[in-house]
Formats: sequence, structure tokens, C-alpha cells
Amino acid sequence: MHIPDGYLGPATCGVFYAIMLPIWGLASNTVKKTLKARQVPLLAIGAAFSFVIMMLNVPIPGGTTGHAVGAVLVAILLGPWAACIAVTVALVVQALLFGDGGITAIGANCFNMAFIEVFAGYYLYRVISGSSPITSNRRVIAAGIAGYVALNIAAFTTAVMFGIQPLLHTTPQGQALYCPYGLNVAIPAMVGGHMLIFGWVEAVVTALVVKYLQKQDPSLLAAGEEVQHEDHG
Amino acid sequence: MKTTAKLWIGLGILILFSPLGLFLPEYFNAGDAWGEWGGDSIKEMIGYIPKGLEKLSGLWSAPIPNYAFKGWEEKGLPHLSVAYIASAVLGIAVVVVVVLSIGALLTKTKDSAYGKGK
Repeated sequence: MHIPDGYLGPATCGVFYAIMLPIWGLASNTVKKTLKARQVPLLAIGAAFSFVIMMLNVPIPGGTTGHAVGAVLVAILLGPWAACIAVTVALVVQALLFGDGGITAIGANCFNMAFIEVFAGYYLYRVISGSSPITSNRRVIAAGIAGYVALNIAAFTTAVMFGIQPLLHTTPQGQALYCPYGLNVAIPAMVGGHMLIFGWVEAVVTALVVKYLQKQDPSLLAAGEEVQHEDHG
Repeated sequence: MKTTAKLWIGLGILILFSPLGLFLPEYFNAGDAWGEWGGDSIKEMIGYIPKGLEKLSGLWSAPIPNYAFKGWEEKGLPHLSVAYIASAVLGIAVVVVVVLSIGALLTKTKDSAYGKGK
């Protein structure tokens, strides 16, 4: 899901940097108000977790590879704005140090994984959890569904970015300038792979860690709720 | 043991298992992630390398491209696994330092603002 340099034209890259700048600003302001100093180590762990889980490439036998992002789990634990910052840091380090994701596409990649996935996953988890107790099984299921669906939504927005390139940039001779595949190819390929395999990895990882924390330290899960209440309060 | 300490241990285990991200795709004969092909693969797929893609793809040369040390690309999976784990450790170290700095910056201004109010 890490769009490399060269797959998106300058217009798409610019638009998503422009969209992400105010989101990053809003994230900093919100986190400034809601994050407690004692939660900062957990934020670092969350970003590190997202970083390493993205390195665990999972194959579709004979096909392509993909991976989980871990963004929904971080959002459940720390709220969506803090998660946005954590996943952004992971993605920027991956792009700059390891060439995983292009530097021109940092805005686009952060939009998909640090914004869309984070917020979709967070609110799905909240809605499905309802007012169930922190340690209820309903929350484990909610975490799994949120992980699966949110990763697939992110795969869809990524596919749209790829797929609009032939519409935006084609030479008079009919050759593509950037991503050569249109929406009709990009969407089934990206979303198909994530629905089939990679989404399940996100679902299982998110649900298992929530289950573990319910036993180990429910206060961490409760703290994620507080962030949200202060959001609205 | 504190939960955060346990989570760090969990992270350490994930780092040690990260080379599975190399072995599994190799074992199951899976190629690149969709939309992350190199120029040569694209040429094989569609017959040409899109001009803009060719120009932009060389824009940034990362110090440790694809989590592999330069010159180790052809050394086989055991070497690549070592580089992969080292990359994970390095990458996580940088991520943690950056997040702790951002966190200190953001919570510091808040604490001092609250402090003044008291």
C-alpha cells in the first residue's frame, strides 16, 4: 500500500500533501490538549508497532504481497489524532530511510494509512462496541471488524489514487505517464488482495492485542475512550 | 511487570520474526506488492516504462533501500534477513526518538499551560 515515487502525477501528490498539512496541524493541536505525558511511551510503542507490522509482508500464493498497518489498534489505544501522528512518523521514516513509499507520495500514503484507515477504524470500533464494558468480547469482535474494514477502505482509496492516473496523464500516443493501470484494474487488484488476505491479518492482530490488553491492563483500553470524550468535551 | 514493558518485549519478538516478511513471499512465490513494481517489471508487463514514472522513480535514493544493505541484494535470504532485522531495529529506534520528541513537545506545552493556571 506504500505508493512509490513515479506512480502518482504531480497534481495528485500535491493535492494530498495539501490535504494532509491541515490534518497534521489539527492532529498536533488535538493531541496537545488530550494526550497525557504518561501516554507518550505508548504512542512510541504504537508507532514502532505500525512500523514493524508493515514490514511483515504476507503473500497471496503465486500473486502479490501485502501487509497489515496496525493503524486501527493504535487508534483504539490512543485516539485517532494521536494514531494519525504515530502512523505518519512510521511512514515518513519508511520513505526516507528505506525507500518504502515515495517521498512525493508521503502525503498520499499518509492520507490512506494515517488518516483514512485510522479514522474509519476508530469510529467503526466505537460504533460496534457501543456502551459494552471495556472487557467484553463484543469489543474484541469490534476491533477485528474495524481492522478488516478500515484496511480495505484504505486499500480502496489507494487504488483510486493509482487508478485515476491514466485519466489525468496520458501522452498523445496513448502511453501512460505514471501508474499505467486504470480504476478497472487497480480497484479489484488492491481491494481484492486486502479482502482476501491482508485485511484478515489486520483483523486478527487488532483483535488479539485488544483481547490481551483486556486481561493484562484494561485501563489502557479505557484511556483510549477518555481521549475521545475529551475530544468532544 | 508494567504493561508497556511487556509490549516492548512483544515488539522485540515481532522484530525477530520480521524476516518472515521475506521468507513467506519467497516460499509462496508471490511477487511485488501491487503498484510497487520496479521499472523493469513494468516494462515486462506493459511493454514500456511510463516516462513520468521513469523520471520520478529515481528522485530519492534511500540509504537502506528495501531494508537491505547496499551490495547485499544478491546475497540470499539469510543475509537479507540479517539486514531486515537490523533495519527494523534502526527504523524503530528512529521512530521512537521522533515520537518521544514530538510527545515531549506537545505534552510539555500543555503541562506548563495547566501549571500556570493552578
